[in-house]
Amino acid sequence: MFDWLQFFRPTPPFSGGVLLDMHKITDASPIADCPLPEVLIHPLKQHIGASCELLVSVGDHVFRGQKIGKSKGYVSAPVHAGTSGKVVRIEDHIVPHPSGLGMPCIFIEADGLDQSIEAKNSITDWINHAPSLLREQVRLAGITGLGGAGFPTYIKLLKDQRHPIHTVVLNGIECEPWLTHDHRLMIEHSDAIVEGLAILLHLVGSPRGVIAIEDNKPIAILAMQQAIDAYTSNAKNQAAIIMVVQSLPTRYPQGSEKQLIQAITGQEVPAGKLPMHTGVLCQNIASTEAIYRAIVQGKPLTERVITVSGDALPIPANLRVRLGTPMRFVFSHCGLRQWDGIQIVHGGPMMGERLKNAEAPVVKSTTGLLAMARNTLMAEHQGEEPCIRCGHCSEVCPIHLVPNMLADFTRQEQFDKAESYQLFDCIECGCCSHVCPSHIPLVHYFRYGKGQLAQIRKEKSFAEASRQRSEQRNSRIVQEKAAKAARRSRVRQQAKKILPPETKDDQP
Amino acid sequence: MIIHLSPPHQHGGDSIQASMLSVIFALLPASLCAVWLFGWLAVWQILTCIGVCMLSEWVAMRMMKRVSRLHDGSAALTGLLLALILPAATPWWMSIMGAVFAIILGKQVYGGLGYNPFNPALSARVILLISFPLAMTSWLIPAQAMPAGVDLYDISTTLALFFGGPEAMGQTLDAITMASPLGYVKDDARQGISVALSLQTHGYSYLDAFIGKETGSMGETSALALLIGGIILISRNTIRWHIPVSYLLTVAVLAAIFNTIDGDRFAPPLFHLLAGGLMLCAFFMATDPVSSPMGVKGHVVFGVGCGVLTWVIRTWGGYPEGAMFAVLLMNCAVPFIDHYFRPRVYGHQRKTP
Amino acid sequence: MLALITATLSLGGLALVAGIILAIATRVFHVEGNPIADQVENLLPQTQCGQCGYPGCKPYATAVANDSVAINHCVPGGERTMLAIAELMGVEPKTVEEDATEPMLAFIREDECIGCTLCIKACPVDAIIGAPKHYHTVIADHCTGCNLCLEPCPVDCIDMLIKPELLEHWSWPLPNTERAQQGRERRDQHV
Repeated sequence: MFDWLQFFRPTPPFSGGVLLDMHKITDASPIADCPLPEVLIHPLKQHIGASCELLVSVGDHVFRGQKIGKSKGYVSAPVHAGTSGKVVRIEDHIVPHPSGLGMPCIFIEADGLDQSIEAKNSITDWINHAPSLLREQVRLAGITGLGGAGFPTYIKLLKDQRHPIHTVVLNGIECEPWLTHDHRLMIEHSDAIVEGLAILLHLVGSPRGVIAIEDNKPIAILAMQQAIDAYTSNAKNQAAIIMVVQSLPTRYPQGSEKQLIQAITGQEVPAGKLPMHTGVLCQNIASTEAIYRAIVQGKPLTERVITVSGDALPIPANLRVRLGTPMRFVFSHCGLRQWDGIQIVHGGPMMGERLKNAEAPVVKSTTGLLAMARNTLMAEHQGEEPCIRCGHCSEVCPIHLVPNMLADFTRQEQFDKAESYQLFDCIECGCCSHVCPSHIPLVHYFRYGKGQLAQIRKEKSFAEASRQRSEQRNSRIVQEKAAKAARRSRVRQQAKKILPPETKDDQP
Repeated sequence: MIIHLSPPHQHGGDSIQASMLSVIFALLPASLCAVWLFGWLAVWQILTCIGVCMLSEWVAMRMMKRVSRLHDGSAALTGLLLALILPAATPWWMSIMGAVFAIILGKQVYGGLGYNPFNPALSARVILLISFPLAMTSWLIPAQAMPAGVDLYDISTTLALFFGGPEAMGQTLDAITMASPLGYVKDDARQGISVALSLQTHGYSYLDAFIGKETGSMGETSALALLIGGIILISRNTIRWHIPVSYLLTVAVLAAIFNTIDGDRFAPPLFHLLAGGLMLCAFFMATDPVSSPMGVKGHVVFGVGCGVLTWVIRTWGGYPEGAMFAVLLMNCAVPFIDHYFRPRVYGHQRKTP
Repeated sequence: MLALITATLSLGGLALVAGIILAIATRVFHVEGNPIADQVENLLPQTQCGQCGYPGCKPYATAVANDSVAINHCVPGGERTMLAIAELMGVEPKTVEEDATEPMLAFIREDECIGCTLCIKACPVDAIIGAPKHYHTVIADHCTGCNLCLEPCPVDCIDMLIKPELLEHWSWPLPNTERAQQGRERRDQHV
């Protein structure tokens, strides 16, 4: 319906976006504990960046929280055992990834005792510790962005003189339908989140913290406000920091980092730059709670809160799940018995991935698990009709791309043209596909285009490297030949000097 | 084979069919008005055009061995639009030709739905206008003012008129048709008669023009009915308001400026807004998604361009009505508008050309 | 007579002005172009495999640029490379005779390697390392899969393996819709 009042309202925090059916049926269910399965499966890479190095071998006994995968390189995060038990297998296993391919995983058979490794690094007086030390603690705890992207968190916590952070934004937007885990966390663990925010402010040396919450979560707004009041009224916390709760209008994708920054500061993150270049640090609510646990309680990341929901799930719930728990186990715990005609979605329905089966484990980037009846999901892309250029896709695009033209370019394999129309700026929020009357799988086309472009680039750089090596080899061979010839003639010269008459017939 | 499906997995529920039906629904007031003015003749014209359009679409799809797309309603919409921009007295064979032109030459030769650079109904109408200039500018006198002996509310009379022409009724074309306001103002201007005098001698009334009691093509007489239809479209979010508003505003502003300069030669803005096919073109033709640009900037540029061209052709052109030509000309410019008036991408300083 | 002179003069003047503008434009907007051979070489996959009948990618590129050979001899480049060269050279595309195989990788069974260094000398891109009388090994990231090391090996201890499909290298396929596939088919027919 056309919104006639739009002319009289202040401009929205970001342009584009859509209003979705939220289906937040687990809004009021408290976070419950998911029981431990018999076997936990830990993929060696649960983050963006380099895969981990194995620290254990089959037969080893491990404790909960023990590091079993060591981070390799700067962009990486270690993996910790989810419970105490024995390493039974290390082999390729399916992981929550749209390709359906597997990667090396560590299988831990639980011994039922669930003994934790001793927490010796708990730092309650973090205010007196150097940020670099705390940052190292966050890195060792294996924390990644728990909102779904999985970028190692410690990298963002750098106190950089060139880019001072003036605002830390906690992302409590949760704009994906069905998901409520951040909402419950904000209600039930508001104190931990506020202290986590204080730690973040201390870490990056920022004076101001903003907790952004969509206005469809009034209880969470209230809870966070009370927690902030309680924290700041405490005498020992009278530091020069400001913490506020900011309520934002409900509109997908408000929770996307770029759109959130635009809504809070009015600034856009320049293309090719990071949020920190605008002086803003965005952190997920769940990650903030994990940072609190890592520093104040000294606990590495071995569990997370997820929403298990969907229209085909008998008992939807918010669960605190041990990382590595097989999805099938979680769904069974929520009463799913009938698996026919069910599609599992890892994450929310707008940006999550459809999985082929439920054997993959819960990983750090699992925000939710949805069991959806196949017929309620978007049809299997077969119904793509011709584009009628209605322009709805570009109206809802939060970054002002022209999705239908981009899709045409990628369909015709004019990838360079697609790139010049800023294909790589697409955040894949899915608004365009959501509103398309012709049911064009626009996001799919963009992913195809990006993949092909990346492939072309990779091939190009490989070809270039091969060419250089080949040229170097050729010039080396030429040099060697020349050197050999020079040596030979020198030897002959000397020989000539010693024995001039006899070597006459050797000369050319 | 594994089929990979990317997100999102929820769809908003919009469809081509829904938006086409929405436009057809919004054309109902204008269609009813046409029936009120031209009786059963309007019904025959509308049914013929819709039927032939759908038939041509079906035949074309069969010939190209493609899946039939009749269910999406785009062919029916083209038929209805074509009928509404034809004069009521168009002979049956001309309507059929127009409908075939619209679908085959206006749409299918370019690749079908979504690929036509021009609005199919408008291009068919222009082909007819150039081929049969007399028939396409002979405006039937509305039923209320018809001379005795011709009852447009009578089925047999209208059938005879539709298939046999005025001769079958023992009438001449001149007896049952009259000039449209745009036509007589233009003719009078050539003879040096001022606009005000011309309107006065023909008994022009703004109220009649607004309600639709003037003559003209079947669906374009009533500004009121078209305005209602346009508001329906905008409020159902089928079209955006930018094209019609910028289009109408441009015509009004241009007319106002020149009317102030020389009121004898240039017609007043209200006359321009209510006359001819402007309202229909502004709300239903210029906003055709396939042949119009995308984005707010593009919409405004397109609307302003249509407005300027309409007024220029009406004032200085050879034809009394310029709205159709204006929209078709601007249709040509759509790829350029789309390319040069892209929105600025988030985080980029200036858009790259 | 006067009309004739005015017409000639005005047209001549127009031509002169246009010519001057064009001359200036070519100077101002002059693009420093690569020699054709370099451009062709940039399109080749640089496997240096010699399957085209030339000792490497550069000689083949030079040969193509001098118009002496057909553009469809690059086997690993496949159709994509052929099309790119056709577009660059402005010639008709030709069918590629041999289909490109999947990306391959040489692998030395180290137990059997006698350390003769013959494969090291044969490798066109220095992707094999090792010393005399010691095991050799292939740097997987550098290997172009050209097969040139197979021939010289006296003990046949080199295998060509299909590069494994890794999750990191996976990319999205074209959507499985009729329209997406149709577009591809039409393009193929066009070729």
